[in-house]
Amino acid sequence: MSDSAKSKTKGVNRRQFMGDMLKTACGVGLMGMGLGFYANKADALPAMAIRPPGALPEDEFLGACIRCGLCVRDCPYDILKLGQLGDDVPTGTPYFTARTGPCEMCEDIPCIPVCPTNALDHSLTDIRDSRMGLAVLVDQETCIAFLGLRCEVCFNICPIRGDAITLEYQHNDRSGKHALFIPVVHSDACTGCGLCEKACILEEAAIKVFPMHLAKGELGKHYRIGWEEKENAGKSLVAPDIEHQYNLPEGVRYDLQGEGLIIESKEDAELPISSNPLDTLNRGLEDK
Amino acid sequence: MAKQLEVGVEAIQAKGWFGAHKWLILRRISQLSILGLFLLPALPGYQSATDAGALASFWNSLLEMWPALENMKVVKGNLAASMTLDVIPLTDPHILLQAILAGVEPHKDAIIGVIIVIGFYLLVSGRVYCSWVCPVNMVTDAASWLRRKLGIKSSSRINRSTRYWMLGMTLILPLITGSIVWELFNPVSMMFRGIVFGLGMAWVLILGIFLFDLLISKDGWCGRLCPVGAFYSLLGSKSPLKVVAAKREQCNDCMDCFVVCPEAQVIKPALKGADKGLGPVILSSNCTNCGRCIDVCAKDVFNFGKRSSDEVGMNNVSDSTAQQH
Amino acid sequence: MKLTRRDFVKSNAVAAAAAAAGVTLPGIKTAAAADADGIRWDKIACRFCGTGCSVLVGVKDGQMVASQGDPDAPVNKGLNCIKGYFLPKIMYGKDRLTQPLLRKSGGKYAKDGKFEPVSWDEAFDVMAEHWKKAIKKSMEENAGKPVDKMTSRVGMFGSGQWTVWEGYAASKFMKAGLRSNNLDPNARHCMASAVGAFIRAFGIDEPMGCYDDLEHADAFVLWGANMAEMHPILWSRLTDTRLTKPDSEVHVLSTYEHRCFELADNGMVFIPQSDLAIANYIANYIIQNKAYNKAFLDQHVNFTKTPTDIGYGLRPEHPLEKAAKNAGKGKLSKISFDEYAASVAEYTVDKAHEISGVPKDKLEKLAKLYADPKKKVVSYWTMGMNQHTRGVWINGLVYNIHLLMGKISEPGNGPFSLTGQPSACGTAREVGTFCHRLPADLVVKKAPHRAFSEKIWKLPEGTLNGKVGYHAVLMHRMLKDSKMNTFWVMCNNNMQAAANMNEESYPGWRNPDNFITVSDPYPTVSAQAADLILPTAMWAEKEGAYGNAERRTQFWRQQIKAPGEARSDLWQIMEFSKRFTMEEVWPAELLDKAPEYKGKTLFDVLYANGEVNKFPVQEVKDTDGNVYENDEMALFGFYPQKGLFEEYRLFNSAPDIIKKGHEMADFDTYHKVRGLRWPVINGKETLWRFREGYDPHVAKGEGVKFYGKPDGRANIITAPYEPAAESPDKEYDLWLCTGRVLEHWHSGSMTRRVPELYRAVPDAVVYMHPKDAKKRRLRQGQMAKLQTRRGELVARVETRGRNRTPEGLVYIPWFDAHRLVNKLTLDATDPLSKETDYKKCAVKISRA
Repeated sequence: MSDSAKSKTKGVNRRQFMGDMLKTACGVGLMGMGLGFYANKADALPAMAIRPPGALPEDEFLGACIRCGLCVRDCPYDILKLGQLGDDVPTGTPYFTARTGPCEMCEDIPCIPVCPTNALDHSLTDIRDSRMGLAVLVDQETCIAFLGLRCEVCFNICPIRGDAITLEYQHNDRSGKHALFIPVVHSDACTGCGLCEKACILEEAAIKVFPMHLAKGELGKHYRIGWEEKENAGKSLVAPDIEHQYNLPEGVRYDLQGEGLIIESKEDAELPISSNPLDTLNRGLEDK
Repeated sequence: MAKQLEVGVEAIQAKGWFGAHKWLILRRISQLSILGLFLLPALPGYQSATDAGALASFWNSLLEMWPALENMKVVKGNLAASMTLDVIPLTDPHILLQAILAGVEPHKDAIIGVIIVIGFYLLVSGRVYCSWVCPVNMVTDAASWLRRKLGIKSSSRINRSTRYWMLGMTLILPLITGSIVWELFNPVSMMFRGIVFGLGMAWVLILGIFLFDLLISKDGWCGRLCPVGAFYSLLGSKSPLKVVAAKREQCNDCMDCFVVCPEAQVIKPALKGADKGLGPVILSSNCTNCGRCIDVCAKDVFNFGKRSSDEVGMNNVSDSTAQQH
Repeated sequence: MKLTRRDFVKSNAVAAAAAAAGVTLPGIKTAAAADADGIRWDKIACRFCGTGCSVLVGVKDGQMVASQGDPDAPVNKGLNCIKGYFLPKIMYGKDRLTQPLLRKSGGKYAKDGKFEPVSWDEAFDVMAEHWKKAIKKSMEENAGKPVDKMTSRVGMFGSGQWTVWEGYAASKFMKAGLRSNNLDPNARHCMASAVGAFIRAFGIDEPMGCYDDLEHADAFVLWGANMAEMHPILWSRLTDTRLTKPDSEVHVLSTYEHRCFELADNGMVFIPQSDLAIANYIANYIIQNKAYNKAFLDQHVNFTKTPTDIGYGLRPEHPLEKAAKNAGKGKLSKISFDEYAASVAEYTVDKAHEISGVPKDKLEKLAKLYADPKKKVVSYWTMGMNQHTRGVWINGLVYNIHLLMGKISEPGNGPFSLTGQPSACGTAREVGTFCHRLPADLVVKKAPHRAFSEKIWKLPEGTLNGKVGYHAVLMHRMLKDSKMNTFWVMCNNNMQAAANMNEESYPGWRNPDNFITVSDPYPTVSAQAADLILPTAMWAEKEGAYGNAERRTQFWRQQIKAPGEARSDLWQIMEFSKRFTMEEVWPAELLDKAPEYKGKTLFDVLYANGEVNKFPVQEVKDTDGNVYENDEMALFGFYPQKGLFEEYRLFNSAPDIIKKGHEMADFDTYHKVRGLRWPVINGKETLWRFREGYDPHVAKGEGVKFYGKPDGRANIITAPYEPAAESPDKEYDLWLCTGRVLEHWHSGSMTRRVPELYRAVPDAVVYMHPKDAKKRRLRQGQMAKLQTRRGELVARVETRGRNRTPEGLVYIPWFDAHRLVNKLTLDATDPLSKETDYKKCAVKISRA
C-alpha cells in the first residue's frame, strides 16, 4: 500500500467515519425529539389518576420519580399501581383510582419514606397535610342530598369528617317541612384521599376527586381577602376608623360595625319622662 | 454455515453439555433469581402455613419481633431502586443521574444505594449488569440463538457507538424537559418492572426488540443501541474481574467464541493479539463477562481472571484496547 | 314458578271457580294503565324503619325496576333515606332462597344433616310431624290443668316487619289454634319497654302525639335515640324546625356522641344507666321550683311507686337474681304527691352530676327547659331507653316529667317513643303477637279479655291459654333446656339479633331435642342455624299493611311475584294449619264444647270460619284500572288479607268491646289513602289522643282524659336509680354499647345485598376513644379483639368516624353477619318488659 493510497483511504475512512457519525447523531437526535414530544403528550396525567400522598407537582414529579415502585410495595392497602405502557398514566409512575381504591390515609404514611428521590416529599409527616387532589361535588342535580334525601355517605366516610366535608343545613322549600343536609368540601382540609368518591352510592359518583390543578380555582394574584388579612394581622391594615356621629331622632341609635340603625323598642319609649329627675326639674332652664 | 450451526458442539463433546453451558446456566439462574427476589415474600410458606407446624410458629415468633415482615418481599421495588429486607437500598445510577439532571435532590437512601451499585460494578465490570441482571438479555440471547438456528445473515450496519449517542440523548432530555423522558420508553426497566408489577402493553416493545435483533440487526439492541448498557460500560474500564484468553496458544480457530459473543469485537485483541503484544486479558469495557466464550471453547482457552493476572505488557496496550469500543 | 301437583290442582280449581263466577283472575290480564316507559306505578310503605315513609314503586314486565319517594305522602313528601333509595334492590339479591331446604342425611331429615332442597309438601310433612309430637306432649302435660296454668312446647318468633295480617294470622294460629302463648315478636328486643310503660302509665299502648309535633314543639329532647341515623326523615323534619323556628332548641342525651350531637344546643354524654338519675333530677327540679302544673296533677294524675331491687331478668339461678329482693315484680301501689316529692328529693343536681358525669350547667339547662311552662317540649327515644334493664322505669320517669308539667297530648308537647321497625306498632303491638297479649291491647291473663277474644274468634269458652307464654329471651333458654321443642322464626334474623348467642341462642337451636324452622328470603345466620328453611315472599311480593310510630296504618298491593317457590309468611302459616286436625291440637273435653269442629282441620276453624273467608276472589284494582296479583287469594280461593283485617277490626269495633280507642277504617279505604292515624272514627283520623277536640273519645268539657285507665287518670310512677347488670371492672374494663347505622337495616340481610350500601359501609367497626385505643397499642384502622365473658370477635378500630365515644366506652353496630356482635352481649333484660339491654355490658379490647 503506497503512502498516498494509504492517506487517501484514511481520508475516505475519516470522511466516511464523519458521515456515519453525523448520520447516527442526526438519527438519535431526531429520535430524541420524537421521544421528547411523545413524552410531553404522555405525561399529561388523566383526571381520574391520583398521585400518592406527598407527590410533588406533576411536572416536578415526572422529573423526580424514578419509577421504582417502592411506594407501591409499601402501601398496606395495595391501592397504588404503576402506570403501564398503554395506560394513560405515564409509564412506571405510581397512582391510585379513587372510585375503586382510595387512599386510606395511614397515620404513618408508609409510602413516603421509601421514596428514594423525594418525588414523594419526605417533609410530609402529617397525612392531613397531604393534597393528593381535591374532592369536588360535581353534580348537584343527582347528588341525593341536594334532593333532600338522607344519604351523607361521603360526609360520614371522610377521615377528616367535619373539617374536609361538613354538612350545611338548609330548609327544603319544596317539602316545606324537611331540611337538606348538603355536603360541602373544604379545600383547606381535604386531602383528596378519595374515600368519599368510592363510597358515593350513585352509579356514577356525584363527588369526585380530581388532581389539584384541575379542581382548584385561583384568586387573582392581586387580590387579598380583606377580613382574613385583618384577622391575620390582628388589626386593621390601615389606621382604624374614627368614631362616627350621626343626625338621629330620639330613641334611635346607629351601630356602625354592628346592626346599623337601631330603633329602641317602643316599650322603653312609652313613658315620656326621663329616668333622671333633674331632666324634668330643669326643663326649660337649659339656656339660662 | 454448517460450522455455525454446530456452535459449541466440540465443547459439548469435550466437556459434556453442562460443562459447555455452565456459565450460561449460572447467568440464567442469576437473572431469574434476581427477578424472583422481587416477587417472593420474605417469609416463604407463612401464608400457607398459618395453622400449624414448626415453621409457622417460628415465623410467628419472628413476626412478633419484626411485624413488618409479614407482608414484606425479600426485595421491594425494581431495578430502578430497591430495598432489600427493609435494610439495603440499591439505586440504578443511570436513572438517578437522569433524575438529578431533571433537577432532583436524591434522598439519602438513593445515594447510599447508588454508591453500593457503582462500587459493585466497578469491581465486577459494569456490563455484568447486562449479562447477569438485565432481563432483556434473555430476549436478545434468544433472538441471537434463533438467528443462528435459522441462519439469518443479513444485518443492517448500525454503528456500535450509536449507544453512546443514545446515552447522551437520555441525559440531555431531562435537562431540556425536566422530566425523566427515557424511562417512559426504556425497555430494560419496563420489562423488569412489567414482570414485577404488571406488563401492560410493554410486551409489544419487548417483542419489537426480539424481532429487531432477529431480523434487522445482529446483537442490535444490546450491542449497538441500548444506552443503559452504554452507561454501565463506562463503569467497566478499570474493573479487576476480566475474561482472560489464558491458553490462547491452544486456540484451534474454530471461531465458536466469535459466533456466540454479543460483543465479538472485544475478543480479537486478547485472543489474536499476541503478535502485537496485546492480551491475553479482554480489556474492553464492553465485554459483558457473560462467559459464553469460556463455555463454547473446547480447548478451554478462556477463563475468568484478574485484570492484573496477565503476564504480557498489559500496561502498554491498555490505551489502544480502550479505543476498540 | 314451579307448582307442586297439589298446588296445581288447587289453583286450577280456583281458576275454574273464578271463571264460573265471571271474575277475571289477577295475573291473567295485564296492566291497563302505565306511564310512557311502560312502568306501572303504585304506592307502598317503606320496608325499613318505623318512620313509615311512603314510596312509589315502578313495575315493568313483572320486575320492580324503579322507585321514588311518594311526593304526596305526608310523612316524607317524596323523600327517602339512603336505604329507601335502594328499596327495589333488596328483593333481587343473587342468593334469594327459592325452595324449601331441609337438613337431611341418607334421604331423611337429620338434625346434623346437610341442607337439601325439598318440596313444600315434604317440608310441611316433616315440620308437622315434629310439631304434632310436641303438641301431644304438651296436651299430656296440661291434662287436668286450669287454662291459666297451661304450658306449651311449641313456639313461634314473629316480627314487627310482618304485615298486619301476617301478625294477626300468626296470633290466631298459635293462641287460638294451638292454645300456646309462646308467640313473641322481635319487637320484644325493640319496643317492649315502651309498651310496658305506656300501659302502666296510660292503660293503652302507643304514643299520644304524632309527627306534627315536630313542627309544633319549641324544643326537642332525645333520650337515647340517634334519630339522625335511625329515623333519617324525621330527623330531617326536626332539623328543619331547629333551622327555621326562632329560639328552638335541641337537647341530646346519649352514652356517646353520635350524629345528633351535630345539631345539639345541649349535648350530654352520660355514664350508662344514669339516665334514671337525670330524669329523677329533672322531676325534683320541677318540684323544688314549684313549676309543676298543679291543676293538671289534681285532675288527671295518680301518684304510684313500683317495687325496687327487681333483678335483671337473667336465669333464676344467676347470683344477681338470687340477690334481688323483688325479682320481676312491678305491681304499683298508690302514694301521695308528697311521698312522690320525697322519693325524688335526693336527686339534686350534685347527685345527678355525680352519677351521670354530665356537667351541672348542662343538667340545669335541660331541667329549666322542661320546667318552663312557655316552652313546648317533645321527648323522643328509641333503643337507648327501651333496651335497658330498667327500661319500663326510665320510660315512666320521662312520662313523669311531662305529666308534672301537663306537657302532654297537645301539639308540640308530649313523650314520643320512636319505633324501630316498620310495623312494630301496626303488627307486633296492635294484633297481639306478644306472648302476653291478644289483639287490641287485650291480655291473656285477664279472663274477660280471653272470653271476648274467644267470642270474636268463634272458639268455645276456655280455649285460650291464660298463662303468659315464653318471651323472646326465655324462648332461647327454654329451647336450650328442652322445654320448648319446636320453634318457627319468621321475618327476622333472631340468631344474629338475640343477645348471648354462644351460651343461649345457638345451643338452644342446635339442641337435638328441637326442630327449628326459619322462614326467610335469604340465607341468614338464622337460616344457617335452622333445621328447615322456608323461602319467603317479601315486602312487595305480597299484599301488605304496616303501622308506623305515629299510629298510621298504610296498605299496599302485591306488586310482583316472588321468585321460585317462595311464598309469603301469611300463606305459610295458613297452609301449615291445614296439617292439623282439631283432635290433634285440642283435648276431647274442649272439642266436646264445639262438636261442630270435630273432624275439621285447624285451617277450617281459624281461617275458613265464615269471617276470614268472607270475601270471595276478586280483582285487586287501583283507580287507574291496573290489576294486581294476589297470590294468597289465588291459592286459598278467598281474599284472606281482607278477611283477616276485617275480623281484626271486630276487636276494635264490636259493640261490647272492652278497650276503646283502637278504631280503624275499613279495608278498602286504606288501599285508597296514604295511611290513616287511628283511632279512625267516622272516617276521621286522630292526631293527638286524650285531648278534647282532637280525640273523639274525650267528651266536651273533659279537657284531658286518659281513658285507657278506668278513672281516666295517668300514673306518675316513681322509681330510683339502680345500677346496670354488668359494669366494667378491672379485667373487662370498658362499656360495650351496640346499635345500628344509617346505611344498613338491622342484621343487614337485605341492605348488605345492595352493592352500593355494602360499599358505603362494608364492615362493622368498633368506635373507640383515641386514648383508649392508644392505651391498648391500637391505631385507627387496626384490627382489635373484643372479648366479653361470653364471646369474642375481631373488628377494625375507628377513632375518627361518625360516633365519638367517651373514654371507657366503645360502640359497635350489629349489622355485620361476619362479626356477630351478639356473641358478646349479655342477655340481661328488663324484668318488667323482658326486653334485652343491648347497650351495656363489660368488654376488654386488645390487639388482634
